[in-house]
Order: sequence, then structure tokens, then C-alpha cells
Amino acid sequence: MNVHDPQFVDRRNEPAISYRYDQHDLAFVRSRVAEFREQVRRRLAGALTEEEFRPFRLMNGLYLQLHAYMLRVAIPYGVLTSRQMRRLADIADRYDRGYGHFTTRQNLQFNWPKLVETPDILEALAEVEMHAIQTSGNCVRNVTSDQFAGVAPDEIEDPRPTAEFLRQWSSLHPEFSFLPRKFKIAVSGAANDRAATRVHDIGLRIVEGEGGARGYEVAVGGGLGRTPFIGKVLRPFLPREDLLAYIEAILRVYNRFGRRDNKFKARIKILVHELGAEEVIRLVEEEFAAIDREPFAYDAEEFARIESFFASPPYEAPPARSETLEAAKQADAAFATFAAVNVARHKVDGYAIVTVSLKPIGGIPGDASSAQMRALADAADAFGFGELRVTHTQNIVLPHVKQDDLFALWRKLDAVGLATANAGLITDIISCPGLDYCALATARSIPIAQAISKRFASIERQRAIGELGIKISGCINACGHHHVGAIGILGLEKKGQESYQITIGGDPTLEASIGEALGPGVTAEEVPDVIENLVDFYLSRRIEGERFIDTWRRLGHARFKEAWRKEGVDGVDI
Amino acid sequence: MAQATHPQILFASDLRRGETLLLGESGWVRDPRRALVARDAASGADLLRRGEADLAKNRVVDVYLADVEVGEDGVPSPLHYREKRRLAGPSVRPDLFADPEEPSR
Amino acid sequence: MALISEGAFIEDSWRHLTNEEDLPKSGKYIVPLARLAEALQRLPDGALLGVRVDNTADPAQLAPCFGRLSLIAIAFPAFSDGRGFSLARLLRRAGFKGELRASGRLLADQITHALRCGFDTIEVASDIAARQHEAQWRDALAAYGAFYQSGYGGRRRILEERRKAAS
Repeated sequence: MNVHDPQFVDRRNEPAISYRYDQHDLAFVRSRVAEFREQVRRRLAGALTEEEFRPFRLMNGLYLQLHAYMLRVAIPYGVLTSRQMRRLADIADRYDRGYGHFTTRQNLQFNWPKLVETPDILEALAEVEMHAIQTSGNCVRNVTSDQFAGVAPDEIEDPRPTAEFLRQWSSLHPEFSFLPRKFKIAVSGAANDRAATRVHDIGLRIVEGEGGARGYEVAVGGGLGRTPFIGKVLRPFLPREDLLAYIEAILRVYNRFGRRDNKFKARIKILVHELGAEEVIRLVEEEFAAIDREPFAYDAEEFARIESFFASPPYEAPPARSETLEAAKQADAAFATFAAVNVARHKVDGYAIVTVSLKPIGGIPGDASSAQMRALADAADAFGFGELRVTHTQNIVLPHVKQDDLFALWRKLDAVGLATANAGLITDIISCPGLDYCALATARSIPIAQAISKRFASIERQRAIGELGIKISGCINACGHHHVGAIGILGLEKKGQESYQITIGGDPTLEASIGEALGPGVTAEEVPDVIENLVDFYLSRRIEGERFIDTWRRLGHARFKEAWRKEGVDGVDI
Repeated sequence: MAQATHPQILFASDLRRGETLLLGESGWVRDPRRALVARDAASGADLLRRGEADLAKNRVVDVYLADVEVGEDGVPSPLHYREKRRLAGPSVRPDLFADPEEPSR
Repeated sequence: MALISEGAFIEDSWRHLTNEEDLPKSGKYIVPLARLAEALQRLPDGALLGVRVDNTADPAQLAPCFGRLSLIAIAFPAFSDGRGFSLARLLRRAGFKGELRASGRLLADQITHALRCGFDTIEVASDIAARQHEAQWRDALAAYGAFYQSGYGGRRRILEERRKAAS
């Protein structure tokens, strides 16, 4: 094969850091683009009605929103090469309005594509091994994972090969493309769950069994939305070789028995809730026992083939302590803050994991301009083996940065407004697009995030407060994951006005919990005051080292409710 | 007692481009000043019929009537904040919604 | 209803019987599930029997009749309701070797889903057939060269191709 072969993909300058398409993967996405192009043609000609076209439009990630179509591009398990990031920037400029929005499922959304140009956009994506397949629709969605995969010190095994394995298995699945509702899978491979597996339809945690065998803890029925649930463990240890058969069993039970009479009761979490975990386990195990294993006989080989793509990049061997870094921290206070807040330990001495915040003070959470995307791509090339990650907190991660390079990186980021030192702090807010963009929304969410962000702009104050995740959803569908925010905010409509319900105590990790409501909804103007009252109460009562969520757990919800009421906030009755 | 009904305008989305459209005198428009305002149930039904005809011709999708109030200048303004938002664009990016231009077809 | 086989519209040699019609003496006819027992009892020599079922039918209930059933038609009340795909799979697993027909509201875009899950033919509502001409069904069949999933019928499987290339 040479450069003139249409199947050849030019990757001369790219290190092997993630899965690379072979000719079959490439042919598949190209077929998908051709299929969608034809579906659009048939839609415009009336051979497909809107009702018929809609599921196929959705299965290619295209929504119709308030002002325009919206295209949700898949970023499998959150990994992007610099080349791919540059292509996203090009698409933003050519087909959109110069920016994109990173989401809570590690995807990217373009807010202004035209239907008639979408096949061209998909073709531009296919050229860089990207797609928008199954980012919507009643099918298996983007399999998400841990943004620190492959580099975190607490990792048992890199979850990305599993996520890629499942991505391929779920792509255009003949039996499971018309499920009762969407289906979301997340994989974690570390002691700390950064992938929110407990609030997914299937949550997989890589665990070690007897004799060091690798397998999965399988949890089912987690999810947010109208009725949030924490997932129930079906199998504490499922051997790796049984993974696809077991997932097939779960999906088949769901496809057959999930409710189809009521869109709001159609997720598998409702099936688990209504039948009970025991009955669901029984149904799944019965189905699993009946599945013919012969088709899975070569899974181990295929898994190994996929795994080989996720080898570590060619790390150098710098010392554990970087004098360059230490000197820079001494010399520049702003950089020292960034290093303290946005930089995490790497499993390799002398390296670091950098979180690039897309939450500038007063900015739109998760948005990046095409210029910023290119700057990120350049930064990844200069300092990080050309690799980027999208987190489900709507930030970007550069997972392999030498400590020696941190200061130079920070200066580049600062030049394009990407050096906000607030990772994990109160202004690192998760917010869905809300009623500014989304046809499903009941209230705006972004202006709420902006107001809170401005109120807590002071970095010293933020650091004093410490870890506090605020998550905002503009409707009950909870795309902002408000249920699992230490402080959650849900935008609803009350008497013709936007009204905001505040919850406390949510947690997306293995200590998963759903937030509890504080009281009646408040107006947009009142939200920053309410947050400030809660924060002040926490600061006044906390014990050394306690995060907001810890103090809340210790003192109890009632105390926080009292504190909120005592401050005299007038809520509108809900 | 007679039912008080609000004046209404007809919303839709352009099938090919996705933009928000209103039914005007001679077709689809972006500018509410040029939208047809139905002042009773019968003319509302007529607007809807015209919209659905264009839906059947694969020109628009998601056709519906929305209640408005009509200012002294005669310009209709939706009662609900959702439809107001559709006409105004994202509140957080006012730079993106310049003066509404007419659709190309 | 129009019948699709291998991406082409064909004549249907089967007849659907309603609940009221008498059982014919010969030919190929499809009865509703409620009449299956009766039809099996009175099945004339040389006649072929088919049954049409809802997509919630129990495979275990049908399995004892497999030896005498030549066709099972599974209803698709809406193209978004994918239960028929699982039912087809279960019927094949239980050993049904006759014609499996997806019947009702399916779109050309679902032809490979149906075939790969074990269906042989697709019977679609007339209004769908009127808008989705044969060319669309034929093109949909050819849309993909290979698929990812092992264990499903139809075209080439990507994993098999990879293994062949590796060896």
C-alpha cells in the first residue's frame, strides 16, 4: 500500500498513542457517510418522512435544536490526536460559527451545522478517523472512560482497550439499534472512579480476580434524568472472555423487556427498579447461559490487537523533581497557582497530567473557539506526544507533559485564555447548553454558571473553599449531571419564569449519591446568593481537610437547609 | 363567556438549514415584523394549514402556533420565554444573531 | 403489503388468513397465533403452515411446533420497536429453520438489521412500499461491505477478515 492507495491514511507525523483505524474501520465509516448522504437525499425527496428519518438522523448525531441543527461528534473514550483536534477547528470554521462545545460524555457539539452540509462534515471527520455514529438515538452511545486513562498512578489497567472493544462491538449492531431508549456504558480501570460508572446503564470497573486474572465488576441500571438511580452490581467479577456475551445478554433482556409505553420510564434503570435487581440478574444470567460462545472464540486475540495500540508513548527519564518547574513556581505566582490546582501526578516520574480548564471566569463552560482548539493541538504536539483528552467535566487534559515543560506550556495556554487555574474548584462548573441552545430545555443554564463563576472569581477564595463540584442542568434530562453535583442546580419553569432548584450532596464517584433538594426554586438572580450562603456556612463549620461534600455528610442535610433559610432567601413556592 | 385567545404566529424550522422560521405574507421569514399574525382561531388554523402544506413538501419541519402579544408598533412578541429565545438567539452569544436575514428560498 | 426478498420486491406465495376465514385445503397460509393449535390439528397434506406473532411472543411456546411450521411472521408495529430483532434471534437459536418474516413497519434502512438477525424476508406496509422503491432496499443491502459483530448472519465480518489477514 502506498500514498496513492485510497485506503492509505497518512499518519507519518503521528505517534501511536491510541487506536488506529485499519482498512475495515475506515471502510465502515466511509460506508456510513455514504449511507447518511443517501438518507438525506431521500429525506429531501420525501421518500422518508421526518418521523422515519429522525432515528437515522439521530444515529448520526444530528439533532434539531432551538436555533439550528446540532451535530454531536463522537470522541471515543475522550481521546483526541492533535490532527483530529485541528480538523474539529477546521470544521468549526468552515461549517459552523467558529467554535465547539465539549460535553459531559466526552463528545463535541457543533451548534450550527446545516442538514445539507452534514454529510460533508461527516466525510471530513472520517478522513481523520472520527465520526458521529450513535451519539444519539435509541442505541448504544459513546462508551466513555477515565480522562486519566493510561497515566494515573491509581490505575489497575488502562480502560481504553475495553472501551474501544465495546465501541466496535456496538457499532451498527443489528439487534440493538432500536432499543426502548438510549444506552450508555462507561468503563473505569482505576481505584478512583473518574468515569462516573455508577450512573450509567452499564458501568464496568476493571478488577483483578484470583491468580491475577482480569475481569469486570458489572453494574447495571444507573442513570440520572427524571428518576436518578445508582447502578446495581450484577457481577462482582466477570472474566474478560465473557464480556461481550454478558453485555449481549443484558442488552437482549433490556431490548425485550424494557418499557416502550412511556418515554420517561424506558431506561434500563426503570426495569431494574420495577423488576428488582434479583429478577434482572436472573434474567440476564439465564440469557447469558444460553448464548452460544463460539462467535466469541477469537475475542482475546482481537482484544490484544486493540490493546497494542494503547502502549505508552516514548517517555524520557527525567528526574522526579524538576528544578525548572520549581524555579518557575518561585518566580511566577500565577503559574504556581496553576501548577498547584490544574496539575496532577503522573505514574511516570518527571511527568504530569495537565487539566486545561474550559471554564474561564464568566465564560461559557465547555466552549472552545477554533483558535483555542488549534492552540491546544499545538500544545499537545509541543509538549504531549500529540495527545489530548476530553473529560466528562467539560475540560481538556494533556496527559503526558514533562514537568520541565509545564511553565512553557502554561505561557502558551495563557496567551489564548486557556490557563484558568480552577480545575475541580467552585468555578469549574459543569453546565449543559440549556435553553440558550437546546430544544428540550426548560430554563437557561449557562448564564447561571457565568454568574456563579463571577461571584467566586477570586482565586484565593476558590482555593480556600477547595473541591466543590457545581453541576447545572437546564431541564430534568440532567445532561449537566446536576444529581451528582456536590451542589446541583436544575432549571425549571415556574409560573412562566425560569426557576432554579438547588440540591446538595451528589457524588459521581464510587461513593455515588444523588443530591437532596434544599427547598423551593429560586430565581436566576438569587442563585449566586444562595450558593454563597451555602459556601459560607460550610466554611464556618468545616473541620480541617473536609471538602464541602464531607461537611455536608457529617452535619446532615437539615443543617444546610436551616442555614439556607436563616439567611432569609425568599424562594418561590414550587 | 367567550374564550379569550391570544394572537398567534406560526413557527417552523428550515429542513435544510435548521434555522427558525416564521410564516409571513408570501412565505417564510426570519424577521417577526414580517410574520403573519392570526387574531382568531380560524385564521390560526389557516396559518397551520399553510405551514403543514410546506411540511408535506419537505420545506420545513416542526410547525406550530405560538401565542404572542402585539406591541403598539404592530410587532408580535411571543408570550413564552422559549419562543422569545428562538427569535433572539442564544442569550450568551449575542454576537451570533445579527439582524435576521431572509431565507434564501 | 409488499414483500421484499434479497433487496427486490417479489410476489408473495403465502396467504394471510384472518381470524374468521376457514382454513383452506391446500396451499401456503399464515394464521394468527390464536389459530395455530387449530391449524396444526387440521393441517392438510401438502399444505404449508405459517404463523404470525406479536414481537412479544414466547419462543418456548412456539418451539414445539417448529417441525410443522414453515414460516413465522413477526410483527413490527413501529420501525422504532426493535423487539422483533431479538425474537428472531431467539427463534433461530431455538432451532427454527423455516422462513422468518419481519412484517409491518420497517424501513429500507433496516434491511441488513433484519437479515443479520435471522429474517429471510420483509413484508412492509403499502404506504412505506409506495415511498421506498425497490432501489432503496437494494442499495441499503449493499451499503456496507462488512460488519463488526460476530455471530450474526449476513455479510462478511470484520473480525474474520482481520484474522484471515493476520494468518
